[in-house]
Amino acid sequence: MSRDRRANTPAVARPGATGVVVRRAVRREPTIANRIVSVIDRSAIHFVLALVALIWLVPTVGLLITSFRPRSDIQATGWWDIAQLHLTSENYQQVLQAQGMFEAFLNTVFIAVPSTLLPLAICSLAAYAFSWMNFPFRDTIFLIIVGLLMVPVQVAFIPVLTLFRELVPQLELTRGYVAIWLAHTAFALPFGIFLLRNFFITLPGEMIEASRIDGASDVQIFRSVILPVTVPAIAAYGIFQFLWVWNDLLMALVFVQDSSKYPMTRAVLNLLSQYGTEWHLLAAGAFLVMVVPVIVFFSLQRYFVQGLLAGSIK
Amino acid sequence: MAEKTKWGTVLLFLLPAILLLLFFLVYPALYTVLLSFDRGRNGVLGEFVGLDNYVRVFSDQDFINLSTFPPSGALWNNVVWIIFYTSFVIFLGLIIAVIASRVRYESVIKAVVFLPMAISATALAVIWKFVYAPDANIGLLNAILANFGVSPISWLGDQGIVNFALIAVGIWASVGFATVILSAALKSIPAEITEAARVEGANELQVFFRITIPMVSLPMSVLAVTLIVNVIKLFDLIYVMTGGGPGTSSRVIAFTMYQQAFSAGQYGFGSAVAVVMLVLLLPIMIFNVRRFRTQAVR
Repeated sequence: MSRDRRANTPAVARPGATGVVVRRAVRREPTIANRIVSVIDRSAIHFVLALVALIWLVPTVGLLITSFRPRSDIQATGWWDIAQLHLTSENYQQVLQAQGMFEAFLNTVFIAVPSTLLPLAICSLAAYAFSWMNFPFRDTIFLIIVGLLMVPVQVAFIPVLTLFRELVPQLELTRGYVAIWLAHTAFALPFGIFLLRNFFITLPGEMIEASRIDGASDVQIFRSVILPVTVPAIAAYGIFQFLWVWNDLLMALVFVQDSSKYPMTRAVLNLLSQYGTEWHLLAAGAFLVMVVPVIVFFSLQRYFVQGLLAGSIK
Repeated sequence: MAEKTKWGTVLLFLLPAILLLLFFLVYPALYTVLLSFDRGRNGVLGEFVGLDNYVRVFSDQDFINLSTFPPSGALWNNVVWIIFYTSFVIFLGLIIAVIASRVRYESVIKAVVFLPMAISATALAVIWKFVYAPDANIGLLNAILANFGVSPISWLGDQGIVNFALIAVGIWASVGFATVILSAALKSIPAEITEAARVEGANELQVFFRITIPMVSLPMSVLAVTLIVNVIKLFDLIYVMTGGGPGTSSRVIAFTMYQQAFSAGQYGFGSAVAVVMLVLLLPIMIFNVRRFRTQAVR
């Protein structure tokens, strides 16, 4: 769907642009004065867009450059002072080794991977049930889930933590990863089920009915009919969920209580409170948090944007 | 279809989701509502206190203070966020979408503006703390001002400025989202309509205000609702950039909930604040459910 839209982009955009030319050609002679006006118009557009690109790139680029500058240079001059540009990877070595960012990176991976795969599995199963199975109160239950979309995670924090503490104290769930896996999975469900159900429901019913008549069970239909054609939607949701968990701070604050299991966001927060103005450490730390999402974003941008669009527009 | 419900299969597909939702969302939400009427020692029900927590929340000057002008407090900060953040994100998103659609490198511009959406609020906070650094040798913004002879401003240390400095970061981070959504909406406007208007002699501004804006008003309102929900849930950025400070001047409700419940151990108070968040989101919840009731029943 989005591929079609993208393919149409130039075709849709061009009539507007040529429309202006056509109008001018019809109404007036293309005099030199008009041509100059149009060139100024075009330059104004390019200028504004260049300004936009600058505003959106410079803050990040500045911190990136800083993360490679020696501490003494950072204290002496601004990163924009090109004359003072000596690059070093020492800051990264320091945060990775001495400040435990390498361990925190692994912790983030340990938190993010199950917290992505679990919701993917549970949401696609539930979404299938809500779109292609018949059972009493199906639509009512689905509407309740739509309602749960708006429940802020804050209302769950205190009772869930209390339950973990009172009900299963010997397991000490919040000292390991289990608590945050379960919490991330559960809080992802309303959106995931909603998103995938809206996608599953657009599949042609004949396809599913035909398999049913052939005697296929729901499990078989789900595995060999639904899953193969819904990979793009599930991937889009998976990327969205992965980045969400990777970037999260709040849930890690509440559900990870063993400091040796802190993810990178918490490690950067600790760097900030310990070394508030040691920018060589903070810049390197912040970039380590960013590097995976930025790679994911540039390599899988289409899926990522699709996931976000589907979530907000539908 | 009047076939018999295959309960075994239905449960196989639904049980994991239902159990997790009951355990992590439905039951806790109800318990938090009860807890908001309780002293809430150790996070468990024990001593019913009626509306006591709510009275304390709404008489807390750090939560809402209407006696000064302009008002202050966490709840008021959310209002300020909603007003400025929502309107600027939509306005800038629309402008960038419209202007970018006229150039060949449109997708590059959209990717550049969208990039902050992929980045953790924690990293965004570091990026912008650096831009806002009070030392003109470190902070870009004060360095630019220094060029014009303006002395350094403590963007995050001044109670009158801090909220706007934070909102600017929020706007910067979300404009790409608005740009992408509005750009998709703009592309779905049939070219014939704008063509026809131009042939009839409408100028660019008339086309923009009389055709473009009305035709993207639905995605625009969905976008506005999404942004308002973002503001009500806003936490990470504030927590990392200012910790609610200086003093308590940049707190927002999600921050107050976390701070009261987990730093101060005031579970009853924290629960009441969480319920206030829930109540603020209730109209949007009802609206969503109504909208999908018609679609869900096939």
